[in-house]
Amino acid sequence: MNDTANPGIVAQIDREIVRATQAGLPLVPRPYHAVADVIGVAPELVIARIEAMLRDGRIRRIGVVPNHYALGYIANGMSVWDVDDARVDALGAKVGAQDGVSHCYRRPRRLPQWRYNLFAMVHGRDRAQVEAKLVVVAEVLGDAVRAHDVLYSTRILKKTGLRLGPSA
Amino acid sequence: MDDLDRRIINTLQDGFPVCEQPFCAIAAELGTTEDELIARVDRLLADGTLTRFGPLFQVERMGGAFTLAAMAVPEARLDEVAAAVNALPAVAHNYQREHALNMWFVLATETPEEVSAIIHAVEQATGLPVLAFPKERQYFVELKLRA
Repeated sequence: MNDTANPGIVAQIDREIVRATQAGLPLVPRPYHAVADVIGVAPELVIARIEAMLRDGRIRRIGVVPNHYALGYIANGMSVWDVDDARVDALGAKVGAQDGVSHCYRRPRRLPQWRYNLFAMVHGRDRAQVEAKLVVVAEVLGDAVRAHDVLYSTRILKKTGLRLGPSA
Repeated sequence: MDDLDRRIINTLQDGFPVCEQPFCAIAAELGTTEDELIARVDRLLADGTLTRFGPLFQVERMGGAFTLAAMAVPEARLDEVAAAVNALPAVAHNYQREHALNMWFVLATETPEEVSAIIHAVEQATGLPVLAFPKERQYFVELKLRA
């Protein structure tokens, strides 16, 4: 099927592929064929649409997500920084590029309870490893940072993937 | 977890092919069999070493939204409030953290408009205020942990 042939049908098939795989791919030798059987289309179409979603970024990647704790990454710190608004975008990209930073975002402040606008997740096998990485982040931010904190996770309360509802 | 498990985890964090027999292709790369690879991924998911196997979707690229939200939950109410929050299908992750704001969860919604309704529902259900931190800019996302 051509991507532009019938946008409504393509969008519906993409949505059905998302719904059929959001809990994971089937653990069978031909997983994309199994998905195709579930939604009632040809396997070649499922493969073509998944490739299209990888190209346009709707799928970031296909693969596994490990449990940090099970792999020994027991120190998981959400580092938060109060950074000069005029400089946060240029510096955020540099912070995101640092080794050990897995996610880096700008988010709104919620004054007076919350003054931090830059969030960077840092993982390590112990807190000393995380602290060492945070020293590097602080150096990158330099005098643009006014205050910072790190919030260590103490318990995973829930961790699942995306969940779309049953309605189209 | 043995050496093959580690190599499976590391290899499958880098990607999984989109072809007729993807396990077969990866098994050849790792020097094992298709059946062994499937059985091991199954076991690593079952024992909690892996939390997910499949496509990782960027919900924003599909019109949806991810919002981080935080609450200050009294220690004695943590389990009860966690149960109420986790019961919402839109809650993708929920972590307890060391801070006055001790519960941090991520809402994955199909439209940005749903976020405020869900936050209102959490506040109603728990009687606690929720602070919302929608993503304004994303600088980097790529979590890969070497096993």
